Amino acid sequence: MNGPVDFTLALGDDALIAAQRLAEWTTRAPEMEEDIALANIALDQLGAARLLLSYAAELEGAGRDEDALAYLRDDRQFRNVHLVELPNGDFAVTMAKLFFLAAYQLPLYTALAGCSDERLAAIGAKARKESAYHLEHAALWVKRLGDGTEESHSRMQLAVDQIWPYTHELFAADPAAPVDPAALRPAFDATVGPVLAEATLTLPESGWAPAGGRAGVHTEHLSYLLAEMQVLHRAHPGASW
Amino acid sequence: MSDPRTAAASVVDPEIRVITIDELGILRAVEEDPGSGRVTVTITPTYTGCPAMDVIRSDIRRALTAAGHPDAEVRTVYSPPWSTDWISEGGRAKLAAAGIAPPAPVSTPGVVALTLSVRCPRCGSPETEQLSRFGSTACKALWRCRSCSEPFDNLKAL
Repeated sequence: MNGPVDFTLALGDDALIAAQRLAEWTTRAPEMEEDIALANIALDQLGAARLLLSYAAELEGAGRDEDALAYLRDDRQFRNVHLVELPNGDFAVTMAKLFFLAAYQLPLYTALAGCSDERLAAIGAKARKESAYHLEHAALWVKRLGDGTEESHSRMQLAVDQIWPYTHELFAADPAAPVDPAALRPAFDATVGPVLAEATLTLPESGWAPAGGRAGVHTEHLSYLLAEMQVLHRAHPGASW
Repeated sequence: MSDPRTAAASVVDPEIRVITIDELGILRAVEEDPGSGRVTVTITPTYTGCPAMDVIRSDIRRALTAAGHPDAEVRTVYSPPWSTDWISEGGRAKLAAAGIAPPAPVSTPGVVALTLSVRCPRCGSPETEQLSRFGSTACKALWRCRSCSEPFDNLKAL
């Protein structure tokens, strides 16, 4: 990646695509409380995305704003990791995705809060408080499902097995970035290990590590997500109400 | 013309209409340029995605115009991040009177406090339980009192 612009864009895209995926649960979650929870977490992710994309647009200096970045780029121009664009799957898959994402975002935003870029530091200090709450919420569900019934255990284990390979992309080294993602791995592992152990779940062998999102190479799922997210803005450019 | 600080401080939160933005701690500064008379108001959001921010900005501008300060700018800052510890004593009392349990103090910065017992804002009983970690707005969780059986909102410590 190329310095603070790409880095900020990548983080903003992670949050934006995560928000859009989580919002798909609205009115469809297994219970009312969880419907509200997922919508709230999506809103937090959207809030962070707006701050990050606005800043990325300023750094880029090409006259674009957060809306231009969110609605007028095509899939190859998005820099989010595959983890966030993967379909929601069942509730266990969604919780596995959220758990791994939050376990990465919390140390990421915490490190950002202490970085030398003032704007990123402010965003990090703000977003990490919200991330801590997301992580708690997802960890509770991972434990409840993992250490629950035979059915919930097997589905939570399947979800972990399915999503785990996509976590490696989060920590691809980028020494030029304000925070090198590779340095976040120990904190992530220290969070994930005990929760999975308490949930009576096991991690699959690390081997396959799909990647490419940071370079704009995505799974087929992203295009469908973008089509839904962008259609209104593209059909009515500049509309307001 | 009245004092711009008083005018801005009187704006109520659009989602929790019993408390002003000043009592909530999101009004950070009000400055008036002595030369031009231009007023700059600085606010900070409770949560990054708080959807009430646009309404708050326009309510501030409306309040300042009504107070004789039509030339006003509302700036949004994110640092230092808002904390529920910034809610004033008066604000906490108003929340409780409206049936919203005020947040517990935040002990360690950046860490969400584990609230062991939230007092029911209606009957005062500590025998309460959390129904949902999230609530009707980004800043609240849903609780229920086991003594009087009433559900109530709790402003989450942040």
